[in-house]
This record gives sequence, C-alpha cells and structure tokens, in this order.
Amino acid sequence: MSELANAFVTALKLIFTGDPEVLAIAGRTLAISLTSTLLAALMCVPLGCFIYFHSFRGKGLLISVIQTFYSLPTVFVGLIVFITLSRAGPLGGLGILFTPQAIVVGHVVLIAPLVTGLTISALGGVSPEIKDTAISLGATRFQTVRTILVEARYATLTALMVGFGRAISEVGIAIMVGGNIRGFTRTLTTAMSLETSMGNIELSMALGIILITLALVASILVNRLQRR
Amino acid sequence: MSRPPAFLSVAILLLALASLLPACRGSAGQLRLATTTSLYDTGLWEYLEPLFEDEYGIELHVLSAGTGKALELGKRGDVDAVVVHSRAREEQFVTKGYGVERVPFAYNHFLIIGPESDPANISGAGPEAAFAALMAKGETDEDIRFVSRGDDSGTHGKEKAIWASAGYDYEVVRASRSWYVESGSGMGTTLMMADEKQAYTLTDIGTYTTFESDLGLVPIVDEGDALLNVYSILVSTRATNPAAASSMVEFLTSEQTQALIGTYGVEEHGRQLFTPYAREDM
Repeated sequence: MSELANAFVTALKLIFTGDPEVLAIAGRTLAISLTSTLLAALMCVPLGCFIYFHSFRGKGLLISVIQTFYSLPTVFVGLIVFITLSRAGPLGGLGILFTPQAIVVGHVVLIAPLVTGLTISALGGVSPEIKDTAISLGATRFQTVRTILVEARYATLTALMVGFGRAISEVGIAIMVGGNIRGFTRTLTTAMSLETSMGNIELSMALGIILITLALVASILVNRLQRR
Repeated sequence: MSRPPAFLSVAILLLALASLLPACRGSAGQLRLATTTSLYDTGLWEYLEPLFEDEYGIELHVLSAGTGKALELGKRGDVDAVVVHSRAREEQFVTKGYGVERVPFAYNHFLIIGPESDPANISGAGPEAAFAALMAKGETDEDIRFVSRGDDSGTHGKEKAIWASAGYDYEVVRASRSWYVESGSGMGTTLMMADEKQAYTLTDIGTYTTFESDLGLVPIVDEGDALLNVYSILVSTRATNPAAASSMVEFLTSEQTQALIGTYGVEEHGRQLFTPYAREDM
C-alpha cells in the first residue's frame, strides 16, 4: 500500500517540480496521440459518413469487418507497420522507422476502424424522425445529410475520444515502431514499461498517474465542448 | 446551425501540437544503435550518450533490445550499429556479411544467483555442475526453480551454451517440469520475477549489481570460464550512417571512454560493473 502512496507523492513531485524529462515525455505522448486522432478524424469521419449514406452490396459485411478490427491487437499492428517501414520493407525508403511519425502511422491504423465504425453508429443513432421531418420540410438530399451530421456531432466526438483513448494508452505499437528512444520516441507507456523493467516501480506508477490525468483533462475539455 | 468556433480552435491547437513532432528523416548527424537490455538496464548508455554527442556532434538514438532482436535490426539496416554479447552469433553476423567487424570493448561475468538458503546446494560448484544439480533437484523439489530469459537474448544464449556443455539437450530442459520458468522478458524483469519466486537465475553482474538493493537473491555461483561475458560493437553493412557508426567504435575503444567504462557505477555500487577490454581475441 505504501508503494501506491509513494507513487502518488512521486507523481505530484514530478508534475509540480516540472521535471523536464517527464514533461517532455508527457508532451510528446500528447502530441503523438492528438496527431493520430486528428488524422484518423480527417480520414475516417468522412469515410464513415460515406458508408452510412450509401447503400451497396456487402455493406453489412463491411461494417462487421470494421467492427471486428476494433479489437486489433496493438502488437500485431506494430509488427505490420514495422515490416512495412523497415529499411528492408516496402516503405523503407521513407526512413521513418523509430521516429514519432512511425508511431503516428501505427496509431492511425489502430484507431481507424474504431473511428469509422463509431461514426457509422453515431449517424445511425440519429432519430429517423429527424430525417423524415427534414424531407417533409422540403430539404434537398444535401440538406438532409447535413442535418443528420449536425445531430450526430456529439456522438462523433465520442468516437474520436475513444480513438484518442486507445492511442494514448497503448504500448505495443509505440515500443515496436517507436523503439522507446530516450528524448525522441519515448512515450508515457513505453517509459513505464522501461522503468518497471529497471525496477523503478514508483516512477513507473507516477508516469501512469500522469497519463490518466492527461486523459481526464482531455475528457473534461470534450465534455465542456459538448455542453456549449 | 451555428457550429461553435471551439471546433476550429481545437483543430488549430492539434495542428500546432503536431508541428512539435521533430522532423522525421534520419539526418547525417544521427546514429542509431541497438543495445542489449543487460547493458541498457545498468544505465551505462544514459551515461555515455551525452559524452559521445558532445564529442562528435552526432545525435545518438539508443534502442534497447535483446541480442536476437538487435542483430535482426542490424541485418535489416534499421540501426547503424549493434552492441551485443554473444560471440558465436556475432561471428556468424560478420561471416554472413551483415556486419563489418566485431569489436569487443568491455567484459564482465555472469552469475548464477538464487535464494540465500541455496536449497539446491550448488554453492561452490562450477556453472555446468550447478545447472546439472538444478535440473536433477528441480524435478523433485518444489522449492527449487530456475527462471530463464527465454527471449533469444545474449544471456539466454549463454544459458543454452552452459546447458550444452553440461551435456543436456536444451529442448529436454525446456520440456521438463514446472521448475524451469521462461520469463520472455529483459534482464531487469527476469531478476524481479526470480526474486518473487525465490528462484535461481543466470544474470550478468552489471544488471545484478544495479538491482541488488531491491533483490533478496545472492550470487551462488560466480566462477567458471563459461561465465565470461564479452560486449562487442558491430557496424551494420547496411548502415545509413557508417561514418557515425565508425565514430562510435572509435569512441568506445578510446582510452578515455575505456577508463570511464571501467569506473562506471563503482562509486554507487562499490563494485566494478564492466572491465574495459578493447582487444580482438575475446
């Protein structure tokens, strides 16, 4: 129990004394997760809309496949991205293996199905009466789509929150394609894994507490945004 | 429909944060090095990194990986150089043309550590005899366990070599009863696991010394030719930055760095972690 209490004290100390290395790691973690979430949003929200508003053969199957990929194992994504970005691999020429960008690539692959699938669910959650009302009021197809999108915006934001949560908390991809390089690709989760393996349990716990605090702040911000 | 400007400001904030990520391409002034976990966990690289960066003006990126993975990264050209400790595999690496040459720069010893009570009664035995006793007694006595790295690392390779010279088929050892535990983790994690289980394990003296204060395990077997542990650096033939890799070889074997390696950790732990040794025949 005292180990837990000490970890809290260590965490508070690290945060309030502004330990430069810990702050850099926390900032890097946040930047990587936010970038991944933003990129996934830019690609997958429109993709989700496209799938939702179009009828085509195999749509149900496609949605099932997307939902299956919600549980993509992070180490598997890490492995695929590693093989692809390795110098011996197809995109080796980019030379981005073991950089923060490589982690972002991995995170986008990881959360793309989540964001796409949850966007589809968000749109599906809009009451059909709204669509009917819009059409009965003489809305064009474009206006109807827009009305549904506006109605679903908070649920879509939740989809992004879930994606962000998965990205910031995962360790498999960050360690495999980031490499946990000090001062360059070390994130909160890889630092925790390393510090634990080096026997610094309290520091590791403290980093975990910082990570949860970051997630808390993000969720409060989103909640405030939703209340406006 | 008044979409709040908050959305826009959030997007701008995100883009600003994204721009904080450093540029991605490996530049000429960058060296990527994969090092064995047993060396990394002692903190040696954190100590040497700023010294090297200041002296050569090269940005050093250190990845911590077991010998197996480090050699694989070197072979693929994903790192410029590897620092490992498994002579046979290093020589193979060079013979197959993946590495330029093998340059030993330091050594220490492996230890068989275990509970102070030494339930297998192997204290004073040689490493091969100790392993044979562990195998024989582990089969019957539930208090006797051995934690293996089980991760294809240099330390794991050393363990397999000792089993072989003790006359055992490693697959038979692996398949034997619950006394033989494979952690599949780095040296530090394995030490902590052995401590939790009050088990025996094979460790390099450097990592052991770093963790000693947190462990209830003591050195049981510390003498024998089989326990020699030599660290070497190998430059990958597919290195992106061979010049920087050569600088690292020069740095590690320089008189100044050799002296620093020899005194590293002595003040903190009261024991020498590494013996500097830049000579070809180890």
